Amino acid sequence: MAVPDKARASYEVSRYTTGARINHWVTATSLVLLAVTGLSLFHPSLYFLTGLFGGGAIVRVIHPWIGVVLFFSFLGLFVRFWRANLPSRSDAQWVSHPVDVLTGHEEKLPEIGTYNAGQKIMFWLMSLLIIVLIASGVVVWDQYFYPFTTIPQKRVALLIHSIAAIVAILNWIVHVYAAIWVRGTISAMTRGKVTGGWAWRHHRKWLRDILASRS
Amino acid sequence: MANFEFVLPPAPTSNVKPIFGEQDLIRRSASTITPPAKRQTEVAKLIDVTKCIGCKACEVACLEWNDLHHEVGSNTGVYDNPPDLDPDIFTVMRFTEWVNPETKNLEWLIRKDGCMHCEDPGCLKACPAPGAIVQYSNGIVDIDHEKCIGCGYCIKGCPFNIPRISKVDHTAYKCTLCSDRLAVGQGPACAKACPTHAIVFGTKDDMKKHAEGRITDLKSRGFRNAGLYDPPGVGGTHVMYVLHHADQPELYAGLPSNPTISPIVELWKGAVKYVGLSALGFAAVVGVLHHLVVGANRVTAEDEDNAGKLKQGRS
Ligand code: HEM
Ligand code: SF4
Repeated sequence: MAVPDKARASYEVSRYTTGARINHWVTATSLVLLAVTGLSLFHPSLYFLTGLFGGGAIVRVIHPWIGVVLFFSFLGLFVRFWRANLPSRSDAQWVSHPVDVLTGHEEKLPEIGTYNAGQKIMFWLMSLLIIVLIASGVVVWDQYFYPFTTIPQKRVALLIHSIAAIVAILNWIVHVYAAIWVRGTISAMTRGKVTGGWAWRHHRKWLRDILASRS
Repeated sequence: MANFEFVLPPAPTSNVKPIFGEQDLIRRSASTITPPAKRQTEVAKLIDVTKCIGCKACEVACLEWNDLHHEVGSNTGVYDNPPDLDPDIFTVMRFTEWVNPETKNLEWLIRKDGCMHCEDPGCLKACPAPGAIVQYSNGIVDIDHEKCIGCGYCIKGCPFNIPRISKVDHTAYKCTLCSDRLAVGQGPACAKACPTHAIVFGTKDDMKKHAEGRITDLKSRGFRNAGLYDPPGVGGTHVMYVLHHADQPELYAGLPSNPTISPIVELWKGAVKYVGLSALGFAAVVGVLHHLVVGANRVTAEDEDNAGKLKQGRS
């Protein structure tokens, strides 16, 4: 029931290439692994999560390396998507109608291109946070980078790293929730396609552009 | 010829035999514990900087007892050798040459550096691994190498820059206050080895009393600012110094005058944890509530129709 059944779908439009989808899932996997390994050290009540990876020492070793994977993987996504995330005129209108957005009254909102303002904010915020996380993460990566910073600097880096991580995970929660709430979205990242109706409802301007460019 | 005899007074080092064990912990990293109803007598090591001749016997005794094998270093032109603490060096003598502006005398200040065994240990507060750092009720702060994960948070927590991570087993090392010797009724190795009795060990009360005697003596000999270093910012320490210039601890190779756990560490280990976890929980709850109240945002048959029409219109 979640996804409108295919019979009723008028047609499908392709939204993400195979390359983009692989890139997305590598990023998603590393982000989740980073969140879980990071949170296991963040609070004693979550330390048991280190058991999933074979202990705290292993978590300590792998976490920064997964961070490196995330950084490059996200860089790929950034190069792919940054243009589509540039602000457009309709963004202000979208942002100023939070109630319609949250209740799914998209008929009251302007026609949206590839991404709506919420998705754009999520994109830029995540880009910023990942830069902050890799920068602060390297500062506290004692195994290889210990001599390059002072202890007071490392203290600040850990504080920033933990706060940035929390904000990143919050951002991730919103991202995943939006994908679940707006039914028919997940297929964009699994099969690479969405239904015409989905595109009409949520990204009508994008649909128009696609159809126009085909004819 | 007068029969000259020089005899050192007996070392005040006393053999305290505490009982160590899980049931005796007053603090345990990343854990909430119920401290024992009765604390054991607090112990302390007193380092009388004014009596130290910089012979490094304590360093050698420490290496011997802890079976540490440090590679032979190189002389950098100063007495400091080895130059710093490291995973195989739990204590070093730090040498400072200082011209006293009042007396114009060159003073050679020699401080034995190492873990201070703070009453409120920053390393323990920062440590994320349950039980990797413990504090016994007698005040000794010790690292459990089986539980340490080598993250180095203790280094950031410590106000004295003491712990070091081993490149061999990737766990943190520092002075244990010879907890393994104390457990069998022996004083710390360094205190036993010190030829001038500059290092003495016993109950904290006894050590304070002994320090008082020393300070009175120093004052009578012109060291007006002689005093005890037992910094209150970390709740006092279980390694204390007698300093000739207690008003300026920094003179002694940067001994902090008012060490405290960094407010940044307090914030990171305090509010950030509570606010952070609550924010994550809150976000999850809001998501569930939103879904319950608003329901799924579904594509309607009408949307599909319109999409179809749009396509027809175009193609
Ligand atoms: C991008 C590159 C990253 C690097 C190089 C990195 C590195 C580190 C390092 C070195 C630590 C200290 C513990 C350890 O040694 O494992 C750490 C802790 C942590 N990391 Fe990362 N990290 C990165 C990304 C992330 C991301 C994306 C997240 C979350 C989404 C994250 C969440 C955390 C958390 C929660 C902690 C624990 C902080 C605390 O104990 O308060 N990290 N990270
Ligand atoms: S290195 Fe070991 S003792 Fe130090 S904070 Fe990390 S787990 Fe604790």
